[in-house]
Amino acid sequence: MELLTNLGIGLDVALTFQNLFFCFAGVLLGTLIGVLPGIGPVPTIAMLLPITYALPPVSALIMLAGIYYGAQYGGSTTAILVNLPGESSSVVTCIDGYQMARRGKAGKALSVAAIGSFIAGTFATIVVAAFAPPLAEFALKFGPAEYFSLMVLGLISAVVLASGSLLKAIAMIVLGLLLGIIGTDVNSGLQRYTFGIPEMSDGIGFVVVAMGLFGFAEIIVNLEHKGDREVFTENVTGLWLKWHEFKEALPAILRGTGIGSVLGILPGGGALLSAFASYTIEKKIAKDPSRFGKGAIEGVAGPESANNAGSQASFIPLLTLGIPSNAVMALMVGAMTIHSIQPGPQVMTSNPQLFWGLIASMWIGNLMLVVLNLPLIGIWVKLLKVPYRLLYPAILMFCCIGVYSLQNNVFDVIMTVVFGVIGWVFVKLECEPAPLLLGFILGPLMEENLRRALLLSRGDATVFFTRPLSLGMLVVAGLLLLVIVLPNVRRKREEAFHEEAA
Amino acid sequence: MSLIRNPKEFGSGCLFAGFGIAAIAIGYAYPVGTAARMGPGYFPRALGIILIVLGAIMILRSLRSVGSRLAVSNLRPLLIVLGSVLMFALTVVPLGLVLATILLVVVSSTASHEFRWKEALIASALLAAFSVATFSYGLKLQLPILPAFLAGY
Repeated sequence: MELLTNLGIGLDVALTFQNLFFCFAGVLLGTLIGVLPGIGPVPTIAMLLPITYALPPVSALIMLAGIYYGAQYGGSTTAILVNLPGESSSVVTCIDGYQMARRGKAGKALSVAAIGSFIAGTFATIVVAAFAPPLAEFALKFGPAEYFSLMVLGLISAVVLASGSLLKAIAMIVLGLLLGIIGTDVNSGLQRYTFGIPEMSDGIGFVVVAMGLFGFAEIIVNLEHKGDREVFTENVTGLWLKWHEFKEALPAILRGTGIGSVLGILPGGGALLSAFASYTIEKKIAKDPSRFGKGAIEGVAGPESANNAGSQASFIPLLTLGIPSNAVMALMVGAMTIHSIQPGPQVMTSNPQLFWGLIASMWIGNLMLVVLNLPLIGIWVKLLKVPYRLLYPAILMFCCIGVYSLQNNVFDVIMTVVFGVIGWVFVKLECEPAPLLLGFILGPLMEENLRRALLLSRGDATVFFTRPLSLGMLVVAGLLLLVIVLPNVRRKREEAFHEEAA
Repeated sequence: MSLIRNPKEFGSGCLFAGFGIAAIAIGYAYPVGTAARMGPGYFPRALGIILIVLGAIMILRSLRSVGSRLAVSNLRPLLIVLGSVLMFALTVVPLGLVLATILLVVVSSTASHEFRWKEALIASALLAAFSVATFSYGLKLQLPILPAFLAGY
């Protein structure tokens, strides 16, 4: 019953007028950027971070979280109507969602996506509320050695589940760690890699890195490809599902929710992987797999539920261990640090209002999204007609002003340009930027814990293997790496990501 | 048949190894210390070595595996988009938010192959008005709105 008391505390916080307003603002904005292809939650949250300085921490986190799961809803609309993933995790929805739209069932596809997402969101909220406290208690026993090993495990699993070359992903993490320690060293006061530039003595802002690598680089790459998108908008009527259609979709929704909740908890997991896993499973267990790719309702219901559950469950490692499992969570760490909250197991006891308020707001936000998405679908459809040539200069403007306002400093804007160039080079070399951002956030934490662990053990590196918890995590990390290097699994993984990209 | 069979892998290898070498070279003077009493140079040097090793493996692999060519055909978007942002950085303090925004929007718009003057000008005026209303008045951002010589200070 403690769960209910805690959720009660949370609802008290989330239901204040101010927090309802910011929750609404977050999901509305999230849906908006989810609908618009070419801008995702990472640059949006990066852009809005400076603005949240002024808000109380709970409201800020509620709004930013809303943007993240709102984007999952919005992304499905674009996937169904335009056959373009508005948000990367809705790639899978394109396959059957767009086919449903072509057969005049766009309305039904949108409804099933929204209902599935809502069911998944509700369930995932309960999962977060139920699993976070025991995990956090467990994490309180961690010493520096355990934290270091946990971060190794988190980074490795992020690599394993990322698409593309394993070697490149590891290198990106290491580079991120290196960039993360730029600035004044806490222990010695020495300025590292600052080139004598005073603005760099506090390190590079991670908003700067995120905006350059994700925001700018993506705009540039989008502009390199000419070509118009075809919007499928004539037939968005008939939102109501028939009973037999609902019965067809429900098992897929429930399975997707389960898959998303489990995969989302894994560090490195999250929305995209969950959606993909769900689609594969639905196709495998279907009586007639040939319907998939031709507008099967389960092909929309499963992945859409899974990506929403996954995106919410990925808050668990953040809130309990202080370890971000994807780029958005890395930004949430930043948002918490701005308000001088150190993410980790102590948040739940030191800031129960914030912790439970955020969780309760997720459920409220999901409810708002259903209301927002179905009746307002016409507005989103119109938005899809805004041409990219008008959209991207506006995005650039928000990025520039947002970065400037971080520290009222032109230097940060110039640094963002530098990371824009680096990000573009990475795209050309097919190096996924997300692991770099994770490494960047974890860099200082990892150095500090490594230093402390070895100080306590007097330089004996075996400390990571003699403490059982630490050893366990390193073994899991090693197994993960081993599994992926095995030729058989590797081929399957490549196939999986290929299918997804197609 | 060239020696490098996978240009993207080769490029990545050079890039990461380069970063590793730079990290060690620039951080050469940072005290390394011992494992028990780590100096500020310990962690970055370790990372630098890992990067060089990973980069070297990629370079070696690029000689064996086959991959697609690097496709850099259209540099216009890169130069215009980042150039316009750089221009915003340099103009926003002396010229103020209004002019800097208009410049940013108009110049960056030219990166699109569907660029239209009239449309870009209208969009820039609307966005400038919006940014002043939201950021200067709404969020009280510390930024000059108009050029210094017009605002009279």
